[in-house]
Amino acid sequence: MLAPEAALAPLAPPAPREPLTSLPPPAPTLAPLRAAAAGPVTRSLRTAGHRLRRLIDPEFERQYERILERLGLQNFDPFGFNVGYARYVLHAAAWMYRRWFRCRVEGLERIPPGRALLVANHSGQIPIDGMMIATALLLDHDPPRLVRSMIEKWAATLPAISTFLARCGQVVGLPENCRLLLEREELILVFPEGTKGISKTIDRAYQLEEFGSGFVRLALENHAPIVPVAVVGAEEQYPSVANLKALADLVGAPAVPVSPLFLLGPVGLLPLPTRYHIAFGEPIRLEGEVDEEDERVTEHVHRVRSTVQELLRRTLERREGIFR
Amino acid sequence: MSGTAGAGAGGAGRARATRGRAAVEPSVVLTGVCGRLGRLLLRGLHREGRVVGIDRRDFPDAPPDLVHYRLDLRRKACRDVFRREPVRAVVHLGVMHDPRMSAETRHAWNVEGFGRVLEYVAAHRIPKLVLLSSAAVYGARPGNAQFLLEDAPLLAASRLSEIRDLVELDMLAQTFFWRAPECETVILRPSFIAGQVHNEIYSYFRLPVVPRLLGFDPMMQFVHEDDVVSALRLALRPGLRGIFNLGGPGVLPLSQVIARVGRPSAPVAHLLARRLLDGLWRFGLTDFPGREIDYLRYVCMVDDGRARRDLGWQPRHTLDETIRAIRDAVTA
Repeated sequence: MLAPEAALAPLAPPAPREPLTSLPPPAPTLAPLRAAAAGPVTRSLRTAGHRLRRLIDPEFERQYERILERLGLQNFDPFGFNVGYARYVLHAAAWMYRRWFRCRVEGLERIPPGRALLVANHSGQIPIDGMMIATALLLDHDPPRLVRSMIEKWAATLPAISTFLARCGQVVGLPENCRLLLEREELILVFPEGTKGISKTIDRAYQLEEFGSGFVRLALENHAPIVPVAVVGAEEQYPSVANLKALADLVGAPAVPVSPLFLLGPVGLLPLPTRYHIAFGEPIRLEGEVDEEDERVTEHVHRVRSTVQELLRRTLERREGIFR
Repeated sequence: MSGTAGAGAGGAGRARATRGRAAVEPSVVLTGVCGRLGRLLLRGLHREGRVVGIDRRDFPDAPPDLVHYRLDLRRKACRDVFRREPVRAVVHLGVMHDPRMSAETRHAWNVEGFGRVLEYVAAHRIPKLVLLSSAAVYGARPGNAQFLLEDAPLLAASRLSEIRDLVELDMLAQTFFWRAPECETVILRPSFIAGQVHNEIYSYFRLPVVPRLLGFDPMMQFVHEDDVVSALRLALRPGLRGIFNLGGPGVLPLSQVIARVGRPSAPVAHLLARRLLDGLWRFGLTDFPGREIDYLRYVCMVDDGRARRDLGWQPRHTLDETIRAIRDAVTA
């Protein structure tokens, strides 16, 4: 655990935490060039990082270290989570959580201590909602917890993005992967609406799409409780008025949203600073066999879906304005 | 058809085997004994019992107690080896993966050769067959589980013709579970083998500048050659059968592996990388086929829980040592 002074120390360049034993550094052919460029770059990064870190509450570093200690994480975990890399991303996420989206969270105490599936509504064109749920558990839950969210197979084919997601602890949403993580008593975040949910247009805001049923079988098989989660505020961050299906099919993406804000140019690409309200519901413990018939599974799915919808409705009702 | 032919030959073979048993103790047959893994396995094995080697290559510095036959597996003379020797196990290491050889020749050699081996094993009721397959047979795909289990489909051949041979061999060995239920068949599927083994990963690290795919950095597993050999020896124990993944001591992203191996590397957009590698390949500058870049793009790792549980296997070398073995092989 770091002392608060240490938390405010200038940002060091990302280095592997675990010192390599007797292996030499990579053979340097471009090293002199890189070093020449690295000087000013690291310096400016360091100042920028220093400033950035002053913006975030020092709590972050402490919570993050607690997680690493508890999970015994060093350098890389088998799924590609990287301690150094994720630190920066989560830093940024913590800033967004506190300053940009000013998240209000309730029901964190309902999350069971061991394994669980967090089942949430999906919205907002890009999956910031998942990031904010994860940040809530990191910053405001005691003890802090690491959330692994399940991503589309399609995302694994994207350069840069696939690596980014993996380094931050996201995992391709396959039953085998979930099983491994649940066995390690981790928290898994699932969006059963899938890409249909995240790319909805503004007129259908907060109306849940159909849920996939995979998560119910996972919960049954691994005896994992399901925690319903409602995220309010993400729908308005990118008010999408249309979804260019043809273009999406052409590039192989699940959706191409159109927001009138895009007319503003690069500024329009920023999500609107709506206020996020994240509500965690009472855990649902499903009873049944793994090889349950589809009909029974569908019943469970409907039950979870209506719980999320109800939670969503209640949270929406209490909201006083999109930005307040 | 081959089944009836095999049974006929089996009668005769058994008779000879029974006659010879008093004189000679049952041996372990190693195909491809002149390869790196063959030699390593031989090192421990030939002190414990009779070992017979079959390889097309010469074995000049063979230990004196090795009975070496310089034979093509497809040759009729090979049958005589099995007629002559009482055999307690066959370890098939003789899989050719010379990427320079024409795909047809190699395919014919591999599949036909292994087909013969299976035939002899069935005919002579040899109680144990071990095939060294590879984890690469699962294929690197975006929809792969982070750690593949033994029952995952072998999909490598859909994109990659080089590995088709191995997938077919693996499948052939799998048919043996029901074709010859009295034979204990073991299939080992190790991840990339680190050491003096001449495989694709070795050619990859030998490139003047090791290309990474821009924006991709899959997690990778490596297993030390000694640990593969120890798994082969464990697989020879009577009473064991089945398919076992051999993962390795740990996982690392590709970029870290390259750095630890100590090679310069550069990120290349994957559409370009394929052409670049194909070009280098054409001019004989590398033995790493461009088609294999999927393994640099998507994850293809295995869950070796079964090997650890049922085989009692445990990689003895740490991750650092394993990576160092690659470094030593590449820089040597």
